[in-house]
Amino acid sequence: MADAHKLEIFRGLLKFKSNTQKIWGILIFLTIVTAIEVSLGITKPKALTGTTFLGMKILNWIFIILTLVKAYYIAWDFMHLRDEKSALRRAIVWTPIFLVAYLLFILLFEADYIYNVFKDGFVTWNF
Amino acid sequence: MDSTITTGAEENAWGGGNRPLGASYGKLMMWFFLVSDALTFSGFLAAYGFSRFKFIETWPIADEVFTHVPFFHGNYPMYYVAFMTFILIMSSVTMVLAVDAGHRMKKNSVIWYMFLTIIGGAIFVGSQAWEWATFINGDYGAVETKGGRILQFVKTDTGERAALNDFAKTIPGDRVAHESKNGIWFYDEGYRPSYTVNEVIEGFKANSNIVVRTETIDAEGEKMVLSRQESLSKLQSAVQVVEGANLIHNEYGNRLFADFFFFITGFHGFHVFSGVLINLIIFFNVALGTYEKRGHYEMVEKVGLYWHFVDLVWVFVFTFFYLV
Repeated sequence: MADAHKLEIFRGLLKFKSNTQKIWGILIFLTIVTAIEVSLGITKPKALTGTTFLGMKILNWIFIILTLVKAYYIAWDFMHLRDEKSALRRAIVWTPIFLVAYLLFILLFEADYIYNVFKDGFVTWNF
Repeated sequence: MDSTITTGAEENAWGGGNRPLGASYGKLMMWFFLVSDALTFSGFLAAYGFSRFKFIETWPIADEVFTHVPFFHGNYPMYYVAFMTFILIMSSVTMVLAVDAGHRMKKNSVIWYMFLTIIGGAIFVGSQAWEWATFINGDYGAVETKGGRILQFVKTDTGERAALNDFAKTIPGDRVAHESKNGIWFYDEGYRPSYTVNEVIEGFKANSNIVVRTETIDAEGEKMVLSRQESLSKLQSAVQVVEGANLIHNEYGNRLFADFFFFITGFHGFHVFSGVLINLIIFFNVALGTYEKRGHYEMVEKVGLYWHFVDLVWVFVFTFFYLV
């Protein structure tokens, strides 16, 4: 894919002049996202830890979404998925996403069930 | 039907040499490997999530565990891990620059960028080794109860954590080493903590400034601190002193936390280590001019994919182990 780099990110909002420039742009973006994550992790704003959505703190949702954003730009621009054919890209991306989502669904529900058994059942474990 | 009839067009389609995905064999195989490896890591992280949801009310809080920065004393949660993340992203950038230089057949730039990538990877692996050593050595020390729960200590006046040697008494006593007459085979005595449970309890009784902190997380997201009275009765169930962490005991809280820490960051660190080795091999190949003779630098692109994958996994490990 040497000569066919797609140089637009953010859906064409930002267009770089060369591939090298795009790489540095992505670095800056990833660094900013990491800095936001770390500062949120250290300060832990009350507004974000107090409220929950779907059983998880808003802060944790923000962390997970920012992580997926970072993963997207690493895969798309560092691993050149943006320049690959869409069939290859979909095969690579959707296969793990489907399997992992399924696995997470099963395991986390089961874990929550066990948590409730430990909590309400006739089992003493915290002594 | 018509199995013997072959048209010219079909010969083209099945005769080989087609690349419907526009990627070479080697690159496709690297992607297959990465997808399967991604599933392996997802399995580990999902197992971590399973154990964490199972013990959601008592799980250790990561920023109270990883608070150290080399050469500095004090409480700096997350800073060093953030630095490690940045190093890995930075070495990903030099890798992608090496691939880019390879496309433009600039041998010397490829050499330099590969070199910087290897240095970044080495710094990361070294940092991880340091992080492991700090984690294994431990911080403050704690006692473990009969049920395998961890009791830590806090100072009532400041609310800070209290280390065992801040308050534990030293009670003189004879240490009886293992004697050969007591066993049919000699075995090592094993590791002994700096204090016995009795010394910790006596020190606790003598020092009114110390209370016990349990593993339980309250509504505020903080670990629950007991009163003096509750602490004393809780301490009666203590069976051993724990300093640091290993696969069986963990002074930071739930032992599964340490197990997963060693397993997941260890498996990732092994990936980084092997990535550095593969990068080294490719680095020498580039320097010897192998790819210049071959006419393309696709090999650099393929190891680059592996290297970025290692970075990608770390982004997830960072989130799920340190942030969430």
